Amino acid sequence: MSSSSSSGQVDRSAFSGPASARRAGGLFRRIGMLPVLVLLYLGFYLLALHFSDDGSTNFMTMDNTLNILRQTSINLVLASGMTFVILTAGIDLSVGSMLAVAAVLGMLTSMPGHAQAFALPVFILSGLAMGMLNGSMVSFLGINPFVVTLGTMTALRGAAYLFADGTTILNNDIPSFEWVGNGSLFAIPWLVWLAAAVAIASWFILKRTVLGLHIYAVGGNPQAARLTGIKVNLVLLFVYSINGLYSGLAGAMSASRLYGANGNWGTGYELDAIAAVVLGGTSLSGGIGSIWGTVIGALIIGVMNNGLTILGVSSFWQYVAKGIVIVLAVILDKWRQKHSAAN
Amino acid sequence: MSRVVLEMSGISKRFGATRALDQVNLTAHSHEVLALMGENGAGKSTLMKVLSGVYQPDAGEVRLEGKPIRITCPADAREAGINLIYQELSVAPNLTVAENIFMGSEPRLSLGRVDHASMNRRAEEVLARLGARFGATTPAHQLSIADQQQVEIARALAHEGRVLIMDEPTAALSDRESAQLFEVIGKLRDDGMAIIYISHRMDEVYKLADRITVLRDGGYVGSLTRAESSPQTLVRMMVGRALDDFYPPKSQTGFGAVKLEVQGFKSSKVESASFAVRAGEVLGLAGLVGAGRTELARLIFGADAKSEGRLLIDGKEVTVKQPLDAIRLGIGYLPEDRKGQGLFLQLSATANTAMNVLHEHARAGVLDHPALRALTRKAIDQLAIKVSGSEGIVGGLSGGNQQKVLLARWLAIRPKVLILDEPTRGVDIGAKVEIYRIIHELAAQGVAVICISSELPEVIGVCHRVLVMREGVIAGELDGDDVSQEAIMTLATHHQAA
Repeated sequence: MSSSSSSGQVDRSAFSGPASARRAGGLFRRIGMLPVLVLLYLGFYLLALHFSDDGSTNFMTMDNTLNILRQTSINLVLASGMTFVILTAGIDLSVGSMLAVAAVLGMLTSMPGHAQAFALPVFILSGLAMGMLNGSMVSFLGINPFVVTLGTMTALRGAAYLFADGTTILNNDIPSFEWVGNGSLFAIPWLVWLAAAVAIASWFILKRTVLGLHIYAVGGNPQAARLTGIKVNLVLLFVYSINGLYSGLAGAMSASRLYGANGNWGTGYELDAIAAVVLGGTSLSGGIGSIWGTVIGALIIGVMNNGLTILGVSSFWQYVAKGIVIVLAVILDKWRQKHSAAN
Repeated sequence: MSRVVLEMSGISKRFGATRALDQVNLTAHSHEVLALMGENGAGKSTLMKVLSGVYQPDAGEVRLEGKPIRITCPADAREAGINLIYQELSVAPNLTVAENIFMGSEPRLSLGRVDHASMNRRAEEVLARLGARFGATTPAHQLSIADQQQVEIARALAHEGRVLIMDEPTAALSDRESAQLFEVIGKLRDDGMAIIYISHRMDEVYKLADRITVLRDGGYVGSLTRAESSPQTLVRMMVGRALDDFYPPKSQTGFGAVKLEVQGFKSSKVESASFAVRAGEVLGLAGLVGAGRTELARLIFGADAKSEGRLLIDGKEVTVKQPLDAIRLGIGYLPEDRKGQGLFLQLSATANTAMNVLHEHARAGVLDHPALRALTRKAIDQLAIKVSGSEGIVGGLSGGNQQKVLLARWLAIRPKVLILDEPTRGVDIGAKVEIYRIIHELAAQGVAVICISSELPEVIGVCHRVLVMREGVIAGELDGDDVSQEAIMTLATHHQAA
């Protein structure tokens, strides 16, 4: 029974054409939004030059680049966690509120007379606990993640205000975690190192571990995942838990940076995190996406925030511009995918 | 009285460097059923998508009633009276039958209000012409797949279609439902409709078609009248060579000990089912769609919960509460809906093949990618799977290759018992034969195979022994020379005939 001529020709619309063209298509797909990031960066540089009085700008300096990275770091940590959740076709609206609760609890621990040394674990473990709460409701009670996290977003926001007693907790004496927001290693802020470490750890889990492949499987086809013996519940519990843990870390980063915390911290951060993930090409319907894309997405948002501020654009217009870029970038991405699929 | 309604000539279409259609011709006459045949990837679907306006041809001409027309979008096609019914039906479950039939062209009253009275009346007229057994105001979610198909046919009729294209319409129907569909098709033909019928099933084509057009590898092979054709000619035209032994010889190694025994399984859809399968045996599970075959398989595999019953593997009672338990015991289950329940379409062939054995190829949860790729390469060689590389996503593969990837996933667990639910659905002839060969190899190696199939020739040609289910009950068992299409159908329909 020779199979060569009869069985299964590869579907022509997907895999076809000479190998070189296919590879180019693959590369095109892999670099994703990187060209958009580079164009934005160059564009802001030229605009900054154009509008400056003396024909020079500090936009493309080392200092400002580190500034962009530092400003991006917290969003990247949140977006990395959000990538896990969105890969399973879920969503987590509560990251900003979890950040606030973790920041307030951590700062309270750092106050004189409390267990200052435990502040960092408190930030992170409180985040983990809140994430597990979300995850349990989604996986074991089977409640829609949008609804679950809409609820916890609201409730935890209230909890953050209550823990902070409606005020801002300030403390300039935080030796145990001052380094997180203000220290540097090899002239690069710890904030940036931490964000990079989170991104790399997330990449490793998603691309190199059994769990990572199970996350893609659950997001891509939950029914098939179950019939393949994947513990779908535990996978879902994991993604919300790690997202909570990262939110707690992000809480430590912002509290340390500002030597304080209040109930209002992190409001709206969930939207920037979701925007970074979507900009990075991760599908909201699950199963498709990567941390690499999320890094690019977060940097696009960081470059825009920084560039628009340097250009002196009012914050109202910044919102408008950011929204437009997000939608345009995703339209571009859709067009690009369609184009590379047709090849 | 039959006249040419539709003529496609010299249609070519390229996707990038690939020639999907090359100089294809097709002629559809009124009062006639034209069967369009060819293996998966032969270009049937692309040709029909050109006709329905989804794709634009690079070259060639479409003439309707002798006049050249351009179809640039699906609305143009509907306007011209060309209607396509896809395999995946597009009926909105929360609307009524009439609302579905007139979706997008609802009769209006003033202020944009829908004229429900006239819509329902017109829908009833069309349904009466089809001999449908449901009314215009029935909610669509109450309909069976077969009835939903009738709704789509009714939609074509209501829009005064001249050409009706049906893409493998019987794929999800039982034999009885198929027979009803053929009656409807016969009625439409007598009314003057030109029908283009795409199917893999030779017996259907013989039952229905007046003429047959065959495509292969995007090229036009030829057209025959039914009288001129024979199964052998058609297979040769489709495959490009003769397929002598369609069903490879069954393994004759003899059966070993009982591998799996089911005792008194019960659920809402299955009533006290008991049977046993031996090592090396291929046991067929036949019956009409909805007779409880898939339900029984899912009970064994732990995908659904049973209310009563004992399961024995190698003579020992075991507990299976979820698929993972079954997999650990060496039971594999290939689901009937490979895209919906089996494959991870956006993941690579490697990920899909290795999904059940990731832990065997990982240290402390970290994947050993070279080992996984080696596993996949071995499977690709063994099952002759055509992929563009072990990292290519399986969503782009043909049906036959997708099915083989799914088989490879179950072979990777080295199963003791393998349950195959419609293993050759939507698979072309060449791949079918290869899947049969794999089934026999597995049996020869001592695997107990349970094969669910709605294609009677397949059940007879592949299985050693056949259980027939009817309304959730195992109605009978056929063995050796007793197995015949008539015997299976008698057992499968006995009650309903009475």
